[in-house]
Amino acid sequence: MSETFTIHIDGQEIETVPGKTILEVALENGIYIPTLCHLSGTTNVGACRVCSVEVEGARSLVAACSMPVNAGMVIRTDTERVQKARRLIVELLWSSGDHNCLTCEKNGACELQDLVYRLGIEQPRFKINPPGYPVEDSNSMIVRDLNKCILCGRCVRVCNEVQVNEVLDFSMRGSDAKVGPAFDADYIDSNCVFCGACVDACPVGALTFKQARFQGRPWEIEKVRTTCGYCGVGCQIDLNVHDGKIVKVTGNRDYGPPNYGQMCAKGRFGMDFVHSDRRLTTPLIRKNGELEEATWDEAFDYIAEKISTIRDEHGPDSIAGFSSARATNEENYLFQKFMRAVIGTNNVDHCARL
Amino acid sequence: MTNSIGEIEVSDLIFAIGTNTTENHPVIASCIKRAVRQRGTPLIVADPRNIDLVKYADLWLRHRPGTDVALLNGMMNVIIAEDLADNEYIETRTENFEALKAVIEKYTPEYVENICGVPADDIRKAARMYAGAGTSAILYTMGITQHTTGVDNVKSTANLAMLCGNVGVEGGGVNPLRGQNNVQGACDMGALPNVYTGYQQVANDEARAKFEKAWGVTLPAQPGLTIVDAMDAAHEGSLKALYVMGENPMLSDPDISHVEEALKRLDLLIVQDILPGETTKLAHVVLPAACFAEKEGTFSNTERRVQRVRKAVEAPGQARADWEIIAGISEKMGYPMQYTSAEDIMNEIRALTPSYAGIAYNRIDKTGLQWPCLSEDHPGTKFLHKDRFTRGLGLFSAIEYRPPAEEPDKDYPFVLTTGRVLYHYHTGTMSRLSKGMTERCPESLVEVNPVDAEKLGIVDGGSVRISSRRGSVTAKTLITDRVAPGVVFMNFHFREAAVNLVTNPVFDPVAKIPEYKVCAVRLEAA
Repeated sequence: MSETFTIHIDGQEIETVPGKTILEVALENGIYIPTLCHLSGTTNVGACRVCSVEVEGARSLVAACSMPVNAGMVIRTDTERVQKARRLIVELLWSSGDHNCLTCEKNGACELQDLVYRLGIEQPRFKINPPGYPVEDSNSMIVRDLNKCILCGRCVRVCNEVQVNEVLDFSMRGSDAKVGPAFDADYIDSNCVFCGACVDACPVGALTFKQARFQGRPWEIEKVRTTCGYCGVGCQIDLNVHDGKIVKVTGNRDYGPPNYGQMCAKGRFGMDFVHSDRRLTTPLIRKNGELEEATWDEAFDYIAEKISTIRDEHGPDSIAGFSSARATNEENYLFQKFMRAVIGTNNVDHCARL
Repeated sequence: MTNSIGEIEVSDLIFAIGTNTTENHPVIASCIKRAVRQRGTPLIVADPRNIDLVKYADLWLRHRPGTDVALLNGMMNVIIAEDLADNEYIETRTENFEALKAVIEKYTPEYVENICGVPADDIRKAARMYAGAGTSAILYTMGITQHTTGVDNVKSTANLAMLCGNVGVEGGGVNPLRGQNNVQGACDMGALPNVYTGYQQVANDEARAKFEKAWGVTLPAQPGLTIVDAMDAAHEGSLKALYVMGENPMLSDPDISHVEEALKRLDLLIVQDILPGETTKLAHVVLPAACFAEKEGTFSNTERRVQRVRKAVEAPGQARADWEIIAGISEKMGYPMQYTSAEDIMNEIRALTPSYAGIAYNRIDKTGLQWPCLSEDHPGTKFLHKDRFTRGLGLFSAIEYRPPAEEPDKDYPFVLTTGRVLYHYHTGTMSRLSKGMTERCPESLVEVNPVDAEKLGIVDGGSVRISSRRGSVTAKTLITDRVAPGVVFMNFHFREAAVNLVTNPVFDPVAKIPEYKVCAVRLEAA
């Protein structure tokens, strides 16, 4: 791997190493090549061909995502021939689906829409002819509209190669080809585990998060990076916030360890509790057998007085505290400090064993 | 974990024992499955249930619940007998090997087969695979720990790993996958009866003096009560007050009836939580807390990585961050805690905790750091015990197999083992409010083997009553060969089918962990 060689992309001389694709080298050097089917970390399939580039000496245009670089390669990414091919591909993709941006959840974050705009296509030359599949609306988490699917296969690859859940694949062939679980089942009737990775991977509006629909446009949403509050893996996730509410949870591969953008059903769809109307919202003190609303001051006074009395009468070891494996480090630290320094007991534990 | 999650994908072999990884740690399960499918990494699964991971395994050891020590000793017997151990490692890095060897001698594969129910040849095969693979990683979870022999089980995994030179090397290790988001951090922060932060012992005069100086108080030297001890103390009346922050012992603890009686006897029960639950119903004071999405701070994950928690939305009503509530009570008790932010508190932690000293907020803004991280220019620690164990030499423990506290008999002929399912979490207070999770898993299902179901006249989807010497619960049946004949499985997420009315409140003598993985029960169609 230590050997290096030189290639040329759009007249720029670039030193690189074997084993990389044209696309990788271009990206590293700030040269734009559009992609749709490419998903880093998965097999390069060269399915959509929008990354087509000219390579000197090659018989036809080559897919930059799949073609490894060779010493002395001369590549052109923006010739008229390349532009023409890309435009044709995008027009065909557009015309073969129901890409109605007005109500599409992906409007503003759609890679096909971006490409149409970038290539300046007003209308496809071909008749728009969507396949007419029914929209799959049979679960509360993921909506699947295969009329918007461009068959890039990213969902199939993330499901099989990254999550390794092995649920999604292509079925049928030619213009009838489609993606989905075995036997054309709906997600909810398949062995799908609802990790949502396929939705994150989808470049268009074919797979969207149901609860986020009509809850805010992509540009209105603020993504807040945090650590998931469920298990001990500590996935880095983006809480997507609009109008003070978490509308969906997404992953980001660039966040790196520990999860590289992946998550599970709980992190993805288990956040309803945050805005639940069952949440405790005010301190409560038991009076005459019933829990009654109180102010923080009343609650603090009540606790301080009771604890002090019990400590004076029975000693600090008559008091114990259970801290929490759900709370932050800072809170666990403070809790044990409170029990030890303020109450004067080592009776502090949490549910590590349960 | 001694090692890191990412190392699973460079290991030469993965040995998963007592971990239903695809359901409890799905993202780590993906690492295992990628290793198997894309690198051809051999996978050995040891589990009484035919869990999803078995589908990816080269070898599945279906041992009887509670026989882990025997199984591991059996593997070690083969490794020693066939001279597959890493003798140089044993010589230079460990001690007490002779004692181990002496105990292991009688655990021949045939002897172990009688205890575990695993064919002797499979034990031989597993031993040869583990020892012969280069660097092997052991992964485990509560299937190893939730036994009266929990500590023995953990030590046995360490014995096996050391025997083959797999501790202190990349891709190896003994790796418990922690079940709760910050259970690692709660331990690191000293939310335990015997230690301050970073496992500094309260009984150690030097450590205590350091904290006394920092906090400006005199501190008790005697270790305190664990949760189960505290419950007993409340039951018998010596414990008068209990402050519970973000826990639900009324569903998570064994023998719930005992817990309920104990809590009712308290003069003061303070419960601080985000949602009402079984425990808040008994409280004298309930304090509304902000959830993880409503505050700043850090969690420490299972690979010791300290990562940021960030505020995304406002807390509802008057709910406050737990740290603000603690500080509020403390102030009223005459000990002001004047922190202005979570970062402020972290800086105090860093000053008192060598392993966290280098973990400054500005360093973990993007990627978390793994402790030990001794200074601000320390890169953090990917795997522990490199070149030298924390205690010096790795200590082999010679461990005899001991059966579970309660074994099936004429009256209670089945083994009940408990755990989680993919779509729910712990006592279900959070996950059961999710529409999607409830849609995927609306109710508790008891897994019963088809052979047993037929004998007892239990039908799939029908109601079944599970009774033990402690109590009984009723739930719907799932007839499946995921469980072996004579074994039933149930999760603990559902309050209406609270399995901990049935479980056995017996504990590991050292770790005080309850034996949730084995108790004897009777089944009847209900």
